[in-house]
Amino acid sequence: MSTQKDIEEPSYLDYKGKYRGIFSWILSTDHKRIALLYLFSILAFFATGATLGLLMKFELIAPGKTIMTAQTYNAFFTLHGIIMIFAVVIPGLPAVFGNFLLPIMIGAKDVAFPRLNLLSWYFYVMGVSLVLISQFTGQGPPDTGWTFYAPYSFRTTGNMLPAVFGAFVLGFSSILTGLNFLVTIHRMRAPGMKWLKMPLFPWTLYATGWIQLLATPIIGITLLMIIAEKTLHIGFFDPALGGDPILYQHLFWTYSHPAVYIMILPAMGAISEIISTFSHKTLFGYNFMVASSLAIAFVGYFVWGHHMFTSGMSSTALYAFSLLTFLVAIPSAIKVFNWIATMHKGSIDLQTPFYWAMGFIFVFMIGGFSGLILGSLATNIHLHNTHFVLAHFHFIVFGGTGFAFFGAMHYWYPKMTGKMYDSRWANIGLFLFLTGFIVLYGTMFYLGYKGMPRRYYDYDEIFHTGNIISTMGSWVLYSGLGIIIINLFASLKSGAKAPSNPWGGKTLEWSVPSPPPVENFKEIPVVTKGPYSYK
Amino acid sequence: MSTILVKHRDDLTSKTGMWFFLFTELLLFGGLFIVYSVYRYRNATAFHLAAQELSVFIGTINTIILLISSTTIAMSITAIRKQNKKFAILLLGLTIILGLAFLVNKYFEWGEHFKEHIYPGSSILALRGHGDVLFYGLYFFMTGLHALHIIIGLIFILVIAVSILRNKINSDNYVLLENSGLYWHLVDLIWIFLFPLFYLIT
Repeated sequence: MSTQKDIEEPSYLDYKGKYRGIFSWILSTDHKRIALLYLFSILAFFATGATLGLLMKFELIAPGKTIMTAQTYNAFFTLHGIIMIFAVVIPGLPAVFGNFLLPIMIGAKDVAFPRLNLLSWYFYVMGVSLVLISQFTGQGPPDTGWTFYAPYSFRTTGNMLPAVFGAFVLGFSSILTGLNFLVTIHRMRAPGMKWLKMPLFPWTLYATGWIQLLATPIIGITLLMIIAEKTLHIGFFDPALGGDPILYQHLFWTYSHPAVYIMILPAMGAISEIISTFSHKTLFGYNFMVASSLAIAFVGYFVWGHHMFTSGMSSTALYAFSLLTFLVAIPSAIKVFNWIATMHKGSIDLQTPFYWAMGFIFVFMIGGFSGLILGSLATNIHLHNTHFVLAHFHFIVFGGTGFAFFGAMHYWYPKMTGKMYDSRWANIGLFLFLTGFIVLYGTMFYLGYKGMPRRYYDYDEIFHTGNIISTMGSWVLYSGLGIIIINLFASLKSGAKAPSNPWGGKTLEWSVPSPPPVENFKEIPVVTKGPYSYK
Repeated sequence: MSTILVKHRDDLTSKTGMWFFLFTELLLFGGLFIVYSVYRYRNATAFHLAAQELSVFIGTINTIILLISSTTIAMSITAIRKQNKKFAILLLGLTIILGLAFLVNKYFEWGEHFKEHIYPGSSILALRGHGDVLFYGLYFFMTGLHALHIIIGLIFILVIAVSILRNKINSDNYVLLENSGLYWHLVDLIWIFLFPLFYLIT
């Protein structure tokens, strides 16, 4: 190699590329810079979605109209759903932490297709912009919920077309990211990094990549059919033209159930990294962790029917989907047991990311068990479309993915920024977040069990007390969130300089400086040991 | 500075990416094939009768056209490998002409239907019942989406032909041509399924 290699390479934050100022970011093909582009856009949309949620909870503090009309409430939960699902939790961990860390963790200089990677971000921004445009143009915002159920989605006067097309474009972005990661993992692992020497986070991204690649086109085509239905009156799902609305639900959930695993698998990967690092111990049952990730991705394709138990299906289909739903709990349980076993006799370092991982396991277990209640046919009839469902998926999606996202944020923050954060404020934020979370969503289990339906801006007087408690929870959660984010931003300026390996991690990203240099490695490392070699 | 960001090239990686993309494309059409099967099962008679109205002749011609065009693009890869630049461009030109011929046929075919007031949203088509509405809805949507893929493919091939002319694609570096070929074969393959589903199963 040339002698210039010996000169200290600038970090990716300082490196002066072809462009200056803002263009050095929005035209950069460096996976680390693209990851930060995603991070900031996702945080902005997350703040939007969370504020909508806060306002909806405030509306529900008392029966009847409090601060908004029924129509506004419908528009709010639709936008909240579209933004949170398609623009926050689906891209969340893969696009931010996957982009930043996948190449470093497998010993590569970048992803396989850096320009495609940047293009995915542009698709992402375009998709969200279309969704936002739909709010302010046409005859009123969309009001179908994020599921766009037929036939209402093409009968409503709400401005559906841009929103549906926006979701389609977001799907494209997701496919391209997944494709990029799959090829990167197949082709660019460092010498010696055999498949079973790859850390868990890349493994879960690999499983996620396949779901993104093979499930997203199904919703893509389904959304195109909705668009064709609305503009050309083709009759795919319109009963008046011979179409079948139930078929729409089948197609929609064929994607949207696997999409839940797009959200949760990388979260599980990040949690595995955190638990191993802070227990200073090899991940227990590594092979089982890998196999269960792939099993979740695979079985996840065959359970979509459990969203439709009350929609009208043959009883054989009901039994089959219920059974398969219970099966998918097995690999998830394997993961939880293995995390616990990893901590057993480990030398545990109680730091903020570890607390987040504990929080994750706690809320994920509640979310998972309530999923079993919903997955059994008899109880589902009682609980379908109530606040119980709402509580269940917020425990999984916001609890699971959200906790893992902030856990990963606190775990890899020193690597990404080169700064340490104030862990006292971080812990206070986490405490408020967790408390608020449980008060907010835990109460919803009770409300749903008592029969309060979802997606209504009004309710019967008997649900009043529960709703007051739940709404107060939303304030605590929101202030916790505020503290966490302000603390992370403030630490960018005031934080101490981070060493290259502040937590004593063993995976490759901790072997490079913080923040990493432009091309990650001076020389591509040769891997001889497994990913969590503590002994 | 330039030593930091070295250009990397790995043809196998590019081709792997293309193959993964083809999986996505297959699943995209897969959704439509499912919808087609469900509605065919439910409206067997109407689909049977409506399918007889399509011109098997034009369909067959178009199938032959696409098959030949797949051959020509495959041959152009061999030609570029043997450093026969002119022949490669000629073969790509032939592929483009065949693709355009396919679209022209499609244009006349659709035109005939439109003349008979058979198009999505037509009130005359609606009078014929749900089965016919669904059959023609699927027919226009699926062949339309396929035609869109043909147009995108033609643009790719045109860009490739120009790059060969400018020596950007040559006997050392022709992975883009190979990838376009893969894409073109997929578009061809999807037609191989569309043709019997709409024209032959009556």
